[in-house]
Amino acid sequence: MSEQLIKVTIDNITLEVPAGTTILNAARMVGGEVAPPAMCYYSKLEGSGGKCRTCLVEVSKGSEKDPRPMPKLVASCRTTVMEGMEVKNITSEKVIDARNGVVEMLLINHPLDCPVCDQAGECDLQDLSYGHGKAGTRYEFPRRTFDRHDLGPYIQLHMTRCILCYRCVYVADQLTGKREHGVLDRGDHSQIATYIERSLENDFIGNVIDVCPVGALTDRTFRFKNRVWFLKPMNAHRDCPKCSGRVTLWNRGEEVYRVTARKDQWGEIENDENGKTGWICNECRFEKKQTSDWVIEGPRDISRQSVISQNHYLKVEEPQNVLPEVMGGRNPKLLMDIHDVSDVNKPEIHLSEIQGPATSQTFEDNSNINPQ
Amino acid sequence: MKKILLENDHVEGIRFFEAYRKHGGYRSVETALKQMGPDAVVEEVKKSGLRGRGGAGFPTGMKWSFLAKPEGVPRYLICNADESEPGTFKDRYLMEFLPHLLIEGMIVSSYALGSNRSYIYIRGEYAWIVDILEQAIAEAKQNGFLGKNILGSGFDCEIYVQRGAGAYICGEETALIESLEGKRGNPRIKPPFPAVKGLWDCPTVVNNVETLTAVVPIINMGGEEYAKIGVGKSTGTKLISACGNINKPGVYEIDMTISVEEFIYSDEYCGGIPNGKKLKACIPGGSSVPILPANLLLKTAKGETRYMNYESLADGGFVSGSMMGSGGFIVLDDDQCVVRHTLTLATFYRHESCGQCSPCREGTGWMEKVLKNIEYGKGKLSDIDLLWDIQRRIEGNTICPLGDAAAWPVAAAIRHFRDEFEWHVLNPEECLKRNYGLAGYADPIHVPVGS
Repeated sequence: MSEQLIKVTIDNITLEVPAGTTILNAARMVGGEVAPPAMCYYSKLEGSGGKCRTCLVEVSKGSEKDPRPMPKLVASCRTTVMEGMEVKNITSEKVIDARNGVVEMLLINHPLDCPVCDQAGECDLQDLSYGHGKAGTRYEFPRRTFDRHDLGPYIQLHMTRCILCYRCVYVADQLTGKREHGVLDRGDHSQIATYIERSLENDFIGNVIDVCPVGALTDRTFRFKNRVWFLKPMNAHRDCPKCSGRVTLWNRGEEVYRVTARKDQWGEIENDENGKTGWICNECRFEKKQTSDWVIEGPRDISRQSVISQNHYLKVEEPQNVLPEVMGGRNPKLLMDIHDVSDVNKPEIHLSEIQGPATSQTFEDNSNINPQ
Repeated sequence: MKKILLENDHVEGIRFFEAYRKHGGYRSVETALKQMGPDAVVEEVKKSGLRGRGGAGFPTGMKWSFLAKPEGVPRYLICNADESEPGTFKDRYLMEFLPHLLIEGMIVSSYALGSNRSYIYIRGEYAWIVDILEQAIAEAKQNGFLGKNILGSGFDCEIYVQRGAGAYICGEETALIESLEGKRGNPRIKPPFPAVKGLWDCPTVVNNVETLTAVVPIINMGGEEYAKIGVGKSTGTKLISACGNINKPGVYEIDMTISVEEFIYSDEYCGGIPNGKKLKACIPGGSSVPILPANLLLKTAKGETRYMNYESLADGGFVSGSMMGSGGFIVLDDDQCVVRHTLTLATFYRHESCGQCSPCREGTGWMEKVLKNIEYGKGKLSDIDLLWDIQRRIEGNTICPLGDAAAWPVAAAIRHFRDEFEWHVLNPEECLKRNYGLAGYADPIHVPVGS
């Protein structure tokens, strides 16, 4: 079965991928806009995906053998490619429409408390809503809410923000010997819970914070301490008897605010050089908050699109300012000339000629205007 | 018309082995195991043209032939008795009064599929039927129709009854399998289909109760003979559970050649609409299929008579047709309010959504809230378009068909009864006092047939 390559076309880009690859992973090989967003799929967790429906794509040609298009949009994270398959992602209006619909559905019960949410700045749902959401909402009802629960000393569960991706359930299933939390109830009142408010004790359970695409599971040792975009991510490692010990430290000055696993461009935890996923243990994550605990390797690359990388670039070229050219040599403070829409004020006053902010007096007393 | 499934349903003691055997019971097991091979049984079912009676209407013989048969891996047959669709109660009737018919059908089907352990997954609320089935299984075992080496054929078969816990979603075959495995009843993502990877990752066939009971007459009379009943691709007989505003609610066996009009108005079946009311609308196949107004129910959009079979009920697609579904026939007279009715269904689907995928989890709740506003006079005209938009974005975008099932009733109600929704919005005071909308849909037929 080794190295059997299959030809697949995604958004008119043809590439060859190994047999058994999912459409989503093939699209990630192309990268950029062509990769569908994924809220529940996590390549390191077996069985994840298929639930959030944001990665829906249109298969316009099933395969070389059976060229019929698939009747419905399919979840690209759980559909494997076939020889000669043609997939439409951003080139399909149906897909864009369905995805906007899914984003709207995900947001109707989300509290949108980004200003006070620790996940803000590195939240998959935030990114997704910027890309596909609307400015307003058509939902006019009270949002579903839950009480916050502390799952032990390290993790807080804020179920109101949860989008039920089941990633944390898979982490507990696949990383820990015994899963102590799960999904209770069903429908729009289903919730992640431990049933009788127990704490999660396993040594690797802290990884649920890293896999959570939203701010539902947060680090109690970091809550409200700082915003992620004020912190400087640094790669670091230590000799840990339990885990790989390869982490990202989030510093401000000398102080380590939090420790996370290293995440790749898709927001997933990276594999180390041996191909093993770099899950980290609770001790590394929550207990080692001194720079002296770690060997610092250097700054971590963060995607340029991320808010975390803001102001971290040198030699940025500023875009050319074309306005004076457009406005006939003037460089106005306001783009719209107020005299176009109002005849109350004096049209002979050019706003761009006023020094400082304009007030009502500006238009009454001509002495404020600089001579031409 | 000669009844096939419900031929003996009023015989005294038919629930027990002696009476059932005396009236020709377990003949098909003898025929199949002694004279036919498993492949011959499958062939016979294929010839019969039997279509799945659970709702989708997929040809049963074809489904059976898809079953993967790898060496050394057990195969399973599961009987889907998780009948929870509002308006459908035919399986309950079968299991309650003719339990041995189901057991007989399951033995023959298990033989055909090579399943040595077959399961009946029964709706949790049917608690008393579990006892009836358990007794029937014990009796069949005592008389050598179950257990080891049945009738000396070398075929072993055990049937187990498993109760669900009251979730509609567990009627979806992959959710049913998950639940049977002892997990949370979330539908699986397909492919792989159960025919390849089902119960405990083994090839599995899931069939409805009525489908499995229909195997008995098919073996007894022969597939070709069975295919002569009915019309076109709607072969055999179908149980219809009729309810709503009719004189004689109940389970009826029909041969799919009678017209919808005859079914509603003739004394043999529903017996017309009580209190001199008129027919307003009808859901012909269980709550999830589209509702049809009287004029489109009795005649298709082309003006032809509509018959009670798979093709005729689906004539016109979803624009002017509906579906046979599971045979839950719900009749609404002109006193009934379509908005309220749709709200009831939306509440049901909101409550029964498993919450796994986002469009259904969030969308069903949203639809219910919007419908509640309209029903209680707080709606806006834009809410109707909003509802349409929500259902459009649920349909087809979910893992399992529950999303579609939640979207279709709302879509059809708006499509055919939009002015009733508008009336609710425009007359907020009156709609609270009056439980009905417009009378403009009352049936156009003046002299009903058979009354």
